[in-house]
Amino acid sequence: MVQCLGLFHPMTLSQKEVRHIAWLARLAVTDEDVERFRTDLSAILEHFTVLQDLDTDGVPTAAHASLLDTVVRQDVSGASLSPVDVLANAPDQEDSLLKVPPILGLD
Amino acid sequence: MSMDESLCDLTIHEARSLLDSRTVSSRELTEACVSRIESIEPRICALLTVCAETALEEATKADSVIAAGDAKPLTGIPFIAKDLLCTEGVRTTCGSRMLDNFVPPYDASVISALKAQNAILLGKSNMDEFAMGSSTEHSAYKATRNPWAVDRVPGGSSGGSAAAMAAGEALFTLGSDTGGSIRQPAGFCGVVGLKPTYGRVSRYGLVAFASSLDQIGPFTRDVKDCAIVMSAISGHCAKDSTSSPEPVPDYRSLLNADIRGIRVGVPKEYFIEGMDASVRASVEEAIGILQGLGATVDWDVSLPSTRYALAAYYIIAPSEASANLARYDGVKYGHSVRRRNAEESVSATRGDGFGQEVKRRIMLGTYALSAGYYDAYYLKAQKVRHLIRREFDEAFSRYDILVTPTSPTVAFEIGSKLDDPMQMYLSDVFTLPVNIAGIPAMSLPCRPASGLPVGVQLMGTRFAEATLLRVANAYQKATEWHLQRPLP
Repeated sequence: MVQCLGLFHPMTLSQKEVRHIAWLARLAVTDEDVERFRTDLSAILEHFTVLQDLDTDGVPTAAHASLLDTVVRQDVSGASLSPVDVLANAPDQEDSLLKVPPILGLD
Repeated sequence: MSMDESLCDLTIHEARSLLDSRTVSSRELTEACVSRIESIEPRICALLTVCAETALEEATKADSVIAAGDAKPLTGIPFIAKDLLCTEGVRTTCGSRMLDNFVPPYDASVISALKAQNAILLGKSNMDEFAMGSSTEHSAYKATRNPWAVDRVPGGSSGGSAAAMAAGEALFTLGSDTGGSIRQPAGFCGVVGLKPTYGRVSRYGLVAFASSLDQIGPFTRDVKDCAIVMSAISGHCAKDSTSSPEPVPDYRSLLNADIRGIRVGVPKEYFIEGMDASVRASVEEAIGILQGLGATVDWDVSLPSTRYALAAYYIIAPSEASANLARYDGVKYGHSVRRRNAEESVSATRGDGFGQEVKRRIMLGTYALSAGYYDAYYLKAQKVRHLIRREFDEAFSRYDILVTPTSPTVAFEIGSKLDDPMQMYLSDVFTLPVNIAGIPAMSLPCRPASGLPVGVQLMGTRFAEATLLRVANAYQKATEWHLQRPLP
């Protein structure tokens, strides 16, 4: 993908780009979904081109609405949720462990 | 409407006197609300969960606290919470199938604070899924109807809480606001809604949508009640590292000072082509009333960065949402679809559990943060945020409050904005800039238009909620729009 600093790409996404975004976001999508998202997202991105009008050279980024700096606390342990409470919503568990499908080793 | 049910139309401050004088019990008040919920829910569909039994038990407990002379401002007062707030032991869905079966093992900090006063949790309200929407039509469960006209939306994403407040299902409700999700539905439903300064109210237990924008706030009948609830829920919280150590003023004691000499600014970018003429007239009338009460009004203020706020918001919020919603993977809790391996299971779970609007925003955010696009979109939007904030700071050096319409229109018809996402996004154009800057703002009812509520928005500088409440209170003492109720 082309690096673009302050420049916007053509606003129409391709189906391939949509499938790539869906994969990055781990969202299973049907073919109808892909086309619908392609048109929706392209229209929204088109609207973003208005930001090109604004000169932001030298403007600092504001990642946050808060004016606080990093907040820390003393490294002291305290009361916490019990494993029983934490696992109460688990879709699948065994011996106080979460059970998940295999991550590796399947082909 | 029975005599019994009319107790639901009391304000918190009215109920407080009746409870403390033992004229009415919390049990009676809670029963009245439960009865109102039963009779009106089929029409407005505002709630996802009702906790009638536990509410009545809590009411009995509250009555003994009152009898012992230990009542606090919200003791025995029934309320409803948006389903985005974690409530221990009570199903919390966030309006999504993804959390259809989720029962939080803990209370949000604001819920703990209200329970510490023996306020009564009546239920959880409907909302746009994961707070993404402006009409509550994107709930995975059902669409909520505006109590003023059931073919109209209540607004969103806190539409259930706004509708429940307007219909008197509780004496106050809680919502959340990321781009206008308290103020816009408050405007559409004719109630008072306030979004606090970012960091004023703890976000611990508020399911995260956009962490740099989200805030919890109250819906109430009037400004006095708003001040009461704000006092109960505001303050530093050790469990939310973004919460502010700024001391909380005694909002109620600061309400009644007059507003002579208050400097009001009216930014012209909020009175646009294409907005309802009757909304404009209603808001201008409200500003005129403030002027009559002694405020000095500058009708010619300009905030040029306003036109960039929508784009900046729809880059920042979805980007943060794409990160916050990554946790929904079917592993630890919630909806879970199992396929042959972990990656397919996660994708299938998310494909199945999320609705279209949520997926749209996750994808938008993922794109904006992805390699090759991060600088052009996310970083650019953060610079625009800085400019917007700086512009508000400069305006607040010259004005105490800024006044605008809450929305360009009155409540729109159900289904009318679902075909084009941009149309829906545009309904928040007056509320979004406030979240980007992190400042507080509230919506108050002013003169209705064609029988539908209109909201006037007051904005203040950071931690100036007391000023907003004072001006709003002065307005409500001089007008009666907040006394109107939708027909039964």
